[in-house]
Amino acid sequence: MANPQEKKNQTEGGFIYLPLIAGWLVPGAGHFLLRKWGRGALLSASILGMFGTGLAMDGQIHTGAHDILDMLSMAGDLGTGILYLLSRVMGWGTTLVQVTTGDWGSRFIVVAGLLNVISAVDAHNLRTGRKA
Amino acid sequence: MFRPSHFAAVVLFALFASVVFGITQRDTPPKMVRYGLYCFVLFVGSAIALSWLMFLVAR
Repeated sequence: MANPQEKKNQTEGGFIYLPLIAGWLVPGAGHFLLRKWGRGALLSASILGMFGTGLAMDGQIHTGAHDILDMLSMAGDLGTGILYLLSRVMGWGTTLVQVTTGDWGSRFIVVAGLLNVISAVDAHNLRTGRKA
Repeated sequence: MFRPSHFAAVVLFALFASVVFGITQRDTPPKMVRYGLYCFVLFVGSAIALSWLMFLVAR
């Protein structure tokens, strides 16, 4: 049986997957749509911080899949949503990794994408009432 | 360009990841803070413990 919060969310109008998609495209946007301002701001700051730190460390954005590891890394990078597209357009993260910190930076960027996916799914759970 | 030490990179990574884990894995703000701190300590603590282990194994 659905709890009151779940019922309330189900009766709210609108596209139910909007927070999920918005949260994937823009870090924290899913929570902002649900008026969870504090959570959204913290998630946004953390994911943007992780992504920005990765780029500042000369991390590489994966643009093609040559082997299974590249494929997995690219899937992680794609999790950053619009940041990935922006990076491709602006040419960020294209320098060859030649220093250790560059390798760490690449991992930071991949993990930023994975954290963004977790955050978007959390926004979806809030929207459906699965989470308070 | 940003060239942090290995430990600084671990702390930054732990900080960002713990905030997201805390918010997404718990329901109420006090539980979020507690879980976020728990994750942070585990991230940094396990990095220090593994570093010592590798140091001792390599000797």
